[in-house]
Amino acid sequence: MHLVPCPWCGERHESEFAYAGEKKSPRPLDAGSLADDVWIDYVIGRANPRGVTREKWWHVRGCGLMFSIERDTRSHEFVAGSAEAPR
Amino acid sequence: MSAEAMRLSQGGVIDRSRPLRFRFNGAELSGFAGDTLASALLANDVHLVGRSFKYHRPRGILGAGYEDTGALVQLVGTEDAPNRLATRLPLREGLAAKSVNCWPGPRFDLGAAAQLVARLLPAGFYYKTFMWPHWHAFEPFIRRAAGLGTAPRRAPVDLHYENRNHHCDVLVAGAGPAGLMAALTAARAGARVLLVDDGLAPGGRLLAECTMLDDRPALEWVARTVAELDAMPGVVRLQDASVWAYHEHNFLNVVERSPRQKWIAQRNWKIRAGQVVLATGALERPLVFPNNDRPGVMLASAAQCFVNAYAVRPGRRAVLFTNNDSAYAAVLDLADAGVEIMALVDARTDPPAELVARLGGRGIEALAGHAVVDVGGAPRVHDVDVAPLADLSARRRIPCDLVCLSGGWNPTVHLLSQSGGRPRWAESLQTFVPDAMPQRTHLAGAVTGAFDLASCLRQGAAAGAAAALAAGFAATPLACPAQAPAEPYRITPLWFVAPPGRRTKAFVDLQSDVTLDDLRLAIREGFSAIEHVKRFTTAGMGVDQGKTGNVNVIGAVADVLGRRPGDIGTTTFRPPYVPVEFGAIAAKRPGPLVFLYRRTPMTKWHEKAGAVMYEAGARWRRPGYYPRSGETMQQAIDRECCAVRKAVGIYDGSPLGKFEIAGPDAVRFLDLMYTNAWGDLAVGHGRYGMMLSDDGLVLDDGVSFRTGEDRWLMMSSTGGADAVYQRLEQYTQLEWPELRVVVTPVTTQWANATVCGPLAREVLRKAGTDVDLDPRAFPFMTFREGKVAGLPTRIYRVTYTGELSFEVNVAGRHGLALWQALMDAGREFGIEPVGSEANHVLRVEKGFLSLGHEVDGTTDPYDLGMGWIVGKSKSDFIGKRALQIRRGQGTARRELVGFQFDDGTTLVPEGSPITPGGAQGDSEGYVSACVWSEALGRTAALGLLLDGRRRFGERIWIRPPGRVVAATVVKPAFYDLGGQRMRG
Repeated sequence: MHLVPCPWCGERHESEFAYAGEKKSPRPLDAGSLADDVWIDYVIGRANPRGVTREKWWHVRGCGLMFSIERDTRSHEFVAGSAEAPR
Repeated sequence: MSAEAMRLSQGGVIDRSRPLRFRFNGAELSGFAGDTLASALLANDVHLVGRSFKYHRPRGILGAGYEDTGALVQLVGTEDAPNRLATRLPLREGLAAKSVNCWPGPRFDLGAAAQLVARLLPAGFYYKTFMWPHWHAFEPFIRRAAGLGTAPRRAPVDLHYENRNHHCDVLVAGAGPAGLMAALTAARAGARVLLVDDGLAPGGRLLAECTMLDDRPALEWVARTVAELDAMPGVVRLQDASVWAYHEHNFLNVVERSPRQKWIAQRNWKIRAGQVVLATGALERPLVFPNNDRPGVMLASAAQCFVNAYAVRPGRRAVLFTNNDSAYAAVLDLADAGVEIMALVDARTDPPAELVARLGGRGIEALAGHAVVDVGGAPRVHDVDVAPLADLSARRRIPCDLVCLSGGWNPTVHLLSQSGGRPRWAESLQTFVPDAMPQRTHLAGAVTGAFDLASCLRQGAAAGAAAALAAGFAATPLACPAQAPAEPYRITPLWFVAPPGRRTKAFVDLQSDVTLDDLRLAIREGFSAIEHVKRFTTAGMGVDQGKTGNVNVIGAVADVLGRRPGDIGTTTFRPPYVPVEFGAIAAKRPGPLVFLYRRTPMTKWHEKAGAVMYEAGARWRRPGYYPRSGETMQQAIDRECCAVRKAVGIYDGSPLGKFEIAGPDAVRFLDLMYTNAWGDLAVGHGRYGMMLSDDGLVLDDGVSFRTGEDRWLMMSSTGGADAVYQRLEQYTQLEWPELRVVVTPVTTQWANATVCGPLAREVLRKAGTDVDLDPRAFPFMTFREGKVAGLPTRIYRVTYTGELSFEVNVAGRHGLALWQALMDAGREFGIEPVGSEANHVLRVEKGFLSLGHEVDGTTDPYDLGMGWIVGKSKSDFIGKRALQIRRGQGTARRELVGFQFDDGTTLVPEGSPITPGGAQGDSEGYVSACVWSEALGRTAALGLLLDGRRRFGERIWIRPPGRVVAATVVKPAFYDLGGQRMRG
C-alpha cells in the first residue's frame, strides 16, 4: 500500500491512483523517421530495473493529475523531488 | 472444581469466581474466565486435540500462543468458524468446538489409514504421482483428504465484521516488557500511540515467568503501566489483536479479535503509522527426534506458561529435553507446580555447572550429553527413550506423560521480514536476528536477540524514545523498574536426533507434516536452495508460516549439506502473520459490494420493468433483455429485435464513453489519436474513428462530433471508456503537454436514450420537440440541440443497429424523465425497451464491430476490412508506424468474415475454434459472434479467419465442444448492405 506523493495533493493512498506503467522518453512526434529497432524498442521494450525507475502515476480518484516519478523497486521508496508533471 | 483434575489451587491470571462450561468434541467440560480453550482442555487433562494435516497423526498442544500449530479447532453451533487456534481462543460460556481434520473423531479417525501408507507418501508425492490425465482431476479429492476446517456455508447471523482506518505517531507491536516500556516512553512524550498485543492479557512472557520488578511480582508493574496508558487520551491499546501485515510505507494491518462491541466478530484495522516499534518477542523452537509430535510433547516455554499464567499442570510426570539454558528456569516452575520431573536431558556435554547444581538441590537429575531418541505411547506420551549422543543405541526408558522441548529461541522476525528487512544469522544465538530495517522501524526486546529482562526493558525505553523523537516529540528513555541480574543464555546447536535402525518420523514442521526424511529427499532430488526446499516439501507454509519449524528446517538442511545455517538463509515470511478471516477483510462490503456496479439514471426503471440485469462492460449493470411472462430468453430477444427492425425500440445508451475535447489544438490531437483525418469536418457533424495502440492494434472505436470550432464530443465504447480516458490523459498531460487541448470525461454527465427503428422520428415528434427532424434538415451523422418532452437535449444521429436512430442525450438528472416521456410517446407506435442481447443481434446483422468480440486486441484495421479508415497521407497517428511495419511483412493474418450455416439454424458458442478440415489441431480462427436473426430468418455469425477475405465461398469447419460444424465463408454483413435504412 504505497503512499504516493502527488505533486498537487501531497501524499495520498495508493488506491486513489492508477499505475500507468514505466515512463519512457516522450513519444516521438515523427515516429516515421525512426529506425525500426529504435521504434520497436520504444513500443515493447521495458527496462524493469531492480532499483530506481521512472513511472507514470495517475491521480484518477483525486485531482486527475498524471505525473511521472522515480521509485526504487527494492524498497518501494519514492525518490523525493523526482516528480515531474509537465502540465 | 474437582472436574478439572490438572488445575492448580492458586495462581494464574484466571478468574476463579467465574466458572465457564464448554463443549469439546461433544464432551461437557469446565474452565474459568481468563482461560484459553487450550488451557481449559489441559486443565481437564485433554491432550489429544486433532489430527495432522497429511498423515492424520494424533496431535496435541505444542505451544501456548500463536506458535502452536496443532491445536486448530472448528467452532460449531451459532458461530461456525474453521481453524481457530485453541491456544488463543478465549474461553466463554457455552463455547462449542471440535477437532478439525479427522472423522469421525480424533481418537478413532478413518483418515489415519494414511499412516499405514505413509512410507508411500513422501514430499512431492502428489505432484509426481497424480500426473495423468492432469493434476486438477485429483486435486479436489486430495485437498479434501488433507484439508483442515470446513468453511462456513453462511455469513454469521447478528455478527458483523468491520474495517477501521487509523493513524498514529508510533505503533508498538507487542505488550511484553519491551513493548510496554516503548509505549509508555513514547506516550509520555506526547506521541499518539497504538499498542497492539496478541495475548489475551498484556505482559508477554512476564505472564509465563515468575519474575519480580521493583521487588514486587512483575504483573503488578504490567497492571500499573497499562492503567497509565489507558488513562492517556492519545493512546489506543488493543488486546487480543495481532499486527498481521507490515506493508510498504509503514502501512500495517491489525486484526482485533475481541472488540468491545459484542456484535462485531472481528475488526480489521488499516493503519498508517509514523514510526513502528517491533517488540514482537521470540518463539521457542522444538527439537527434532522420532515421534516428536505425540500429544503430550510441548515446548518448555508453553508448559511454563500453562503453569504460571493459567494455573494448569500440563502433565504429571515430565521429561525436559534441551540444548540451551532457558529450560532450567522452566523446569523449576514445573516442579514448584507439583509436576514430577523425571529427568532433564541436556544435549550439551558440559551444561553450566551452576544450573546443574541448582537442579541437584531439588533432587532433579540432569543427563548431560544425552538426547531423547524416541517417544512411546499412542495417542498420548507414555514414556521416552533417552541415550547418550555418543552412542544413540544405548537406550534407557523413562516413563512420563509430558515431554518439554527447548531447542532455543527464535526472534519473531516475521513482521520485519514482511516490511522488507532481511534477517542475519547470529552464531552465538544459533538463530536469525533482524539486520537492516528498510522502513521507519525500531526494534526492542527479544526480537533483537536480547533474551534477558533487563535488556528488554532498556531497549524498550530506548526504542520508544527514538520513535517518538523521529515522530517529532522531545523524548528521553524512561528509567526501567529494578530487576534481578540477567542470566546468561548459552546454546549449542542440535538440529536433529537420528538414531540408527528403523526410520521413524521425526517432524521438522508439524503444521505441514514435514519430516526430516522429507528434507533429505528434497536435497537428494537437487532442491538445495531453501526456497526450493520450502516449495517441494511445503515446510514453512500454511497457517503457522514457519513459526516453530523454520529455523529447524534451515538448520537441518545446513547440517545435511555440511554448510552454515547463515549461508542457507531464510525463506520469505508473508502476511498474514496469524490467520485472518476473510470476513474481517471484506468487512461491510461482502458479495457484490466488494466491487460496486455502475448504474445509469434508468437502471431502476429497467429492474422494475422485469429486465434480466447483468454486467455488460466496465462494471455497468445493464438490462440484457426484458422478458414478458411466459417468454423464453430467445423469444424476448426476437421480439425486441423485431420492434427495432419494423417499428421502434428504445435503448439505454448512457454507459457509452463520452469525452469533451476542447482547445485550439483539438484537431491536431484527434488526428494523432485516431487513424483518420478530422480537420475537414464541419461543426455539427460527426465521423466514425478508430483508435490504435502504438503497437498498431485496435484499442477502441466510436464517433466524434464537432460541437464547436475548437470543441468536440468524443464517444468511445462502454467497455473501452476507462482505457480511452487514460490514453487521452496520458498524451495531453505527459507525452505532448505542449498541445493546447483539455479533456473532460462526461460519460455520467449525459444520460442517453437511443430511439431506433423506422418509426423513431414519429416517437420524437409525439413526445414534442422543437428540433426539425426532417432528414434534409437533420441528416445522418449530425447532431442538433433542442427540447424533447420539454427537456433540454442534444440529439446525435448515429446508429449501432443499422436503423434510423436518434441518440437523445440529457443531463443525468433528466434521464429517467426523458426515458418515461419517450416510452409514453412511443406506446402507440409499439415501442419496446431493448436490452444488450437484442442490441448484439442487431449489430451482428449489420457487421458492426464489438470490443471484446472482433476487436480482441489482436486485430488491426486491415484485419477488420477497414483499411479505408487509415489516413495514409497523415504524417503520424498512434499506431501508424507499427501498422507500416506489420503490413510490410506481408504475412497472412486472421481477418473478419461472416459465416453461413447450411441448415440456417445452427448456433455455436462464441469463441468456437475453426480448424483446417475440422481436425483436432491448431486453429485458423474462431467464431466471435453467432446469433439467431429474426430479420434474416436464420442464424448469422462473425469471426476471424486466417486469410479470410480471400476465402469467401469456401467451406470451413468449426469445432464447438463435442462436434464439428461446417459453414460457408461470407462477407461480414447480412442486413441492409447499402445502409439505406440508417440514413433514412
